[in-house]
Amino acid sequence: MHRRSGTGYTGIPAWIYAIAAAGALFVLLPLVAMVARVNWSEFIPLITSESSLTALGLSLRTSAASTASCIVLGVPLALILARSPFPGQRLLRAFVLLPLVLPPVVGGIALLYTFGRQGLLGKSLELAGIQIAFSTTAVVLAQTYVALPFLVVSLEGALRTAGNKYEAVAATLGARPGTVLRRVTIPLVLPGLASGAVLSFARSLGEFGATLTFAGSLQGVTRTLPLEIYLQRETDADAAVALSLLLVAVAVAVVGLSYRRPRLGVAPEGALR
Amino acid sequence: MTFQLDATLAARGFEVSLSLGPAETIAILGPNGAGKSTLLSIISGLLRPDAGKATIGEKVLFDLSADTNIWRAPHTRGTALLAQEALLFPHLSALDNVAFGPRSAGASSAAARETAMHWLSEVDADSLASRRPGQLSGGQAQRVAVARALAADPDLLLLDEPMAALDIHAAPLLRRLLKRVLAGRRAIIITHDILDALMLADRVIVLEDGRITEQGPTREVLEKPRSRFAAGLAGLNLVAGTVSDAGVTTAQGMVVAGHQDESVEPGQDGVAVFPPSAVSVFLTEEHGSPRNSFRVIITDLEPHGDQIRVRAGRLSADITPAASADLGLVPGMSVYFVIKAAAIAIYPA
Repeated sequence: MHRRSGTGYTGIPAWIYAIAAAGALFVLLPLVAMVARVNWSEFIPLITSESSLTALGLSLRTSAASTASCIVLGVPLALILARSPFPGQRLLRAFVLLPLVLPPVVGGIALLYTFGRQGLLGKSLELAGIQIAFSTTAVVLAQTYVALPFLVVSLEGALRTAGNKYEAVAATLGARPGTVLRRVTIPLVLPGLASGAVLSFARSLGEFGATLTFAGSLQGVTRTLPLEIYLQRETDADAAVALSLLLVAVAVAVVGLSYRRPRLGVAPEGALR
Repeated sequence: MTFQLDATLAARGFEVSLSLGPAETIAILGPNGAGKSTLLSIISGLLRPDAGKATIGEKVLFDLSADTNIWRAPHTRGTALLAQEALLFPHLSALDNVAFGPRSAGASSAAARETAMHWLSEVDADSLASRRPGQLSGGQAQRVAVARALAADPDLLLLDEPMAALDIHAAPLLRRLLKRVLAGRRAIIITHDILDALMLADRVIVLEDGRITEQGPTREVLEKPRSRFAAGLAGLNLVAGTVSDAGVTTAQGMVVAGHQDESVEPGQDGVAVFPPSAVSVFLTEEHGSPRNSFRVIITDLEPHGDQIRVRAGRLSADITPAASADLGLVPGMSVYFVIKAAAIAIYPA
């Protein structure tokens, strides 16, 4: 593991530092501007209002649920993409990563025509008495849809970095494939899986467009924190800013957890990809 | 319980058949890319050949022919693999690494650890039980890896250059350890080191370009090599050609006279083998003595023990540094390699 040392030669030209500083400022300045705009005397009442707490609670619950879905669906996807070559693998990877570059509104519309009342699967589900659109389930689906690529990309990178040498050895020692997955593969890529899960959680937490399109904005049912902020902005700017700061705080905590240096030096590159 | 293997893999030009007794260790020697690792991958089930069959006693590892298609998964083969790198699972302690095989075979956690402890002490690593792989030196890690492979109780142990990544102090220690634990065990060891073959193997197989070019008891192969590779390992010069009364005639028309083995008959393929120490170097051609004299161009000069090894293409001569200085030898120079016929052994290839 390489530790950054203050005395070693870095080979970076001085002007790079200037541009990097401008870049950092570009990211930081809006946050500072927002913090400066916060009405501190009203801050606590604003973020503890009933609608805020409801939205925050819903956001945390749905994001946790969609992160779990991402792990359940994303781990097998990443394994298949990283390990066994098959025809159409590149195409599958491209499609799995599509939500990463797709405008979330488009994702929401696509979901609506899949699970909506008149949708591809929605009709059959409706007959079975299951209604998904404009429910909390829809929020989780929308978040999973946009967050899944983060987990897959992160985990696939970790899997590729770790290679399959350990798995081969484990198999020759008599471990069946299920045992190899549970006792060797997953523990080896745990840092990558963890950072992928954290990124998925963060993406779910911030999800707006697909949720609004596919799930609507019903207080306590589908109105997550970003939707609440957007709504408050129209009527009460102070509340919107306060809630934004809350979301920033949660996001910073999440990313801070994710980008700690991994303890084991197994797959550091993969873990940070 | 014999191990029997026939396998072909066209994509790598690989075609090998071999068999191994229950307590026999063979060493596979061969240049890089000869198919040595391919052989182990096929046996352990990590690579599928186009056709062939492998069995250990009654157990069929694979049988891929026109009408059968049996392919046993790696984890049911009982062929533990020990590679150049120890590849200890980094998230498990040394003890749990060794216990991995027994655990996978269904042993309880306590029983598996007991087995693991036994094998750790067998490789003198019991004091390392609680360490993580990251806290072990290369030699220590490889010792734990040996224990891990043995704890899986394999029918056939596959060792892929186990000493290659170790430093010069750790390698002899591991070699001694392997000698001890491989006794009475069936194993195939790939190696570049002739010492491994001598110390660990009952028999050697020389693999070149995916095919067995030579095999036999270790001592025999080293004393009377028939392939250029084995001759190189044994530190001998080897010239291959057709045998006549005059000696061995190469495809290029070079004739090497020497002491002919009784078994060799004129017209047969044969080899002329002689040590570099039997070669003298002259600047001009010698006349009138019953000697072999070949005009060669020096390609390299390198220290070899307290001698200088003069290489000229595939032949080499060992001379003293003083002689080298007297002759003023440099690469590119044209000289004569002279060898007494009595120092050359000629036998069938």
